[in-house]
Amino acid sequence: MKKFLVSALVFARGHRVATALLFLLIFPFLMPYDALSVNILIFGLYAVGFNLLFGYTGMLSFGHAAFLGVGSYLAGISVVSAGWPWWAAIGVGVASSCLAGLIIGFLAIRTRGIYFSMVTLALAQIVYYIFYKSERWTGGENGLRGVKVEAIELPGIRIDFLNPLNKYYVILVFVALALWFVSRVLNSPFGAVIEAIRENEKRAAACGYNVARAKLLVFVLSAGICGLAGALRALHLSVVPIDSLHYLQSGQAVMMCLLGGMGTFFGPFVGAAVFLLLEDVVTNLTRYWMGVVGLVFMFFVLFFPKGIWGTLLYQLDRWQNRQGKAL
Amino acid sequence: MFDITPQLFALQLMTGIALGAIYALLAIGLSLIFGMLTVVNFAHGAFFMVGAFLGVYSMALTGSFWFSLLLVPLATGAIGLLCERFLVRPLYGRGIDYPLLLTFGLSYVLIDVMRFTFGIEGLPSSTPPELRGSVFLGFGYFPLYRLFLIAATAVIVLGLWLFIEKTRYGLIIRAGSRDAEIVKVLGIDIAKVWLLVFGIGTAIAGLSGLLAAPTRAVNPEMGIPLLAESFVVTVVGGMGSLPGAVVAGLLVGVVFAMTSLVAPEYGELSIFVLMAVVLLIRPQGFFGKAGLMS
Repeated sequence: MKKFLVSALVFARGHRVATALLFLLIFPFLMPYDALSVNILIFGLYAVGFNLLFGYTGMLSFGHAAFLGVGSYLAGISVVSAGWPWWAAIGVGVASSCLAGLIIGFLAIRTRGIYFSMVTLALAQIVYYIFYKSERWTGGENGLRGVKVEAIELPGIRIDFLNPLNKYYVILVFVALALWFVSRVLNSPFGAVIEAIRENEKRAAACGYNVARAKLLVFVLSAGICGLAGALRALHLSVVPIDSLHYLQSGQAVMMCLLGGMGTFFGPFVGAAVFLLLEDVVTNLTRYWMGVVGLVFMFFVLFFPKGIWGTLLYQLDRWQNRQGKAL
Repeated sequence: MFDITPQLFALQLMTGIALGAIYALLAIGLSLIFGMLTVVNFAHGAFFMVGAFLGVYSMALTGSFWFSLLLVPLATGAIGLLCERFLVRPLYGRGIDYPLLLTFGLSYVLIDVMRFTFGIEGLPSSTPPELRGSVFLGFGYFPLYRLFLIAATAVIVLGLWLFIEKTRYGLIIRAGSRDAEIVKVLGIDIAKVWLLVFGIGTAIAGLSGLLAAPTRAVNPEMGIPLLAESFVVTVVGGMGSLPGAVVAGLLVGVVFAMTSLVAPEYGELSIFVLMAVVLLIRPQGFFGKAGLMS
């Protein structure tokens, strides 16, 4: 049994996108209700986008809610005000969050380390206030309402988008594309460059890589993926709450990423699942959800900084090493 | 188009300085902790909030503002000491992001502890009776309490400056922020100094919460925008620089107040735009990284 489990894990590491998709295909049947699985899928993608920056490049942003929110709002506005179809809304959402990433990234990468965290946080506040004040377009404090997408019309088929399970699989198509894209980026020479920046920025620069440009590019990619998550969320919820842009939403990405395991491919999904399941259970028991998640998070920072998935992979590595020595 | 008289302008300037005093105090606490421990305290806003709650509570309990003024910083400082000793200290040497992440989690816990203790609605706050009313300043009437706020900040900053520049402990703190290794070699228990500095930083955060309580709504989430705003101040002034914290704090307060005078909608926005401009022109902030109090 143990051997089977381990060889399954070894396979999973070799074919990460395929394994992730296989798992996500059956995932809704493991969850108590479908709306929760849709949520986990979307926030998993959000955490994957964040992980590209934090886990792989070592840049801890505290402003990623800006990209989730911009993606959500612009996708929502495309549907509500412009009356565009759902696919155009997703395109607009992703493109606008990439643009937001370009602007914020351009300013933020001028700083490094903890300074970077503070600056991204502050810049994300600008986005929050802009959307909060533009009540005519965004609905201000009440959020944007009426992002109605009842059906996905494709040539030949019409998918009922109100059914949560259908919704899950439609969203999974986009998540699959994003995961494949992220995996390609990480396997490319560029992926090696960003990891080199994480390990030693000065050395990467000395090797002749344009560190500033690589950082900006990865920032924009990360923003685009979070924007995709946001756009999908707008279609899923059919409203865009102003909280999507809030500081606590940025913190949520950090928490999910660390709980799952930063710098691992599947960790962010594990983190999102654990976080949202925990929220689901705890909010039924007590209203002090923030305190509980804060304690859990501090526990992980102190004792399991690798996160759940990261610790699992670490143990697997050790086990493989031991087997290698035994042979 | 606007009827902004010189009197109104001057009054708003004073309001900005009073607001800036709070920003300056918050940024000093952040800078002190950062300069010494290279830890960005993401729970700083939460300590501010705890200070405001304890302040309102102890004023209601003891009826004395002056007594609370003494008690609250001691209480928040004590919480800070415990947090440093048992939560932050195990993380030294494990990368610069971990203490930051830990204090972020801590802020969640502090927010919910206050919700649990005082309710989610927050507490009604009022100006202490002896500081109510207004004073005539030559150009108009200005609330006495805000004048007190400016004076209190000046006293705190002066006291801190004397402590850091003129005492033996201050000397150790300054030396420790330059080179902790050498200070250790000279036979000083640097861990104790770090503990003390974290305590002082959180005590100042609590004190600024108490001072700010009568001027704003006291609720568990009040620290969140303040955290972002004190980051703006730190970026504008330069991380780890105390004069930078004071100058930038006042500047940010004045910019906020002046923008609100012309365009009330854009007060919050203006200070973040100020930060973006500073980042473009001088990424290290006004006072650079030149270390503590220099």
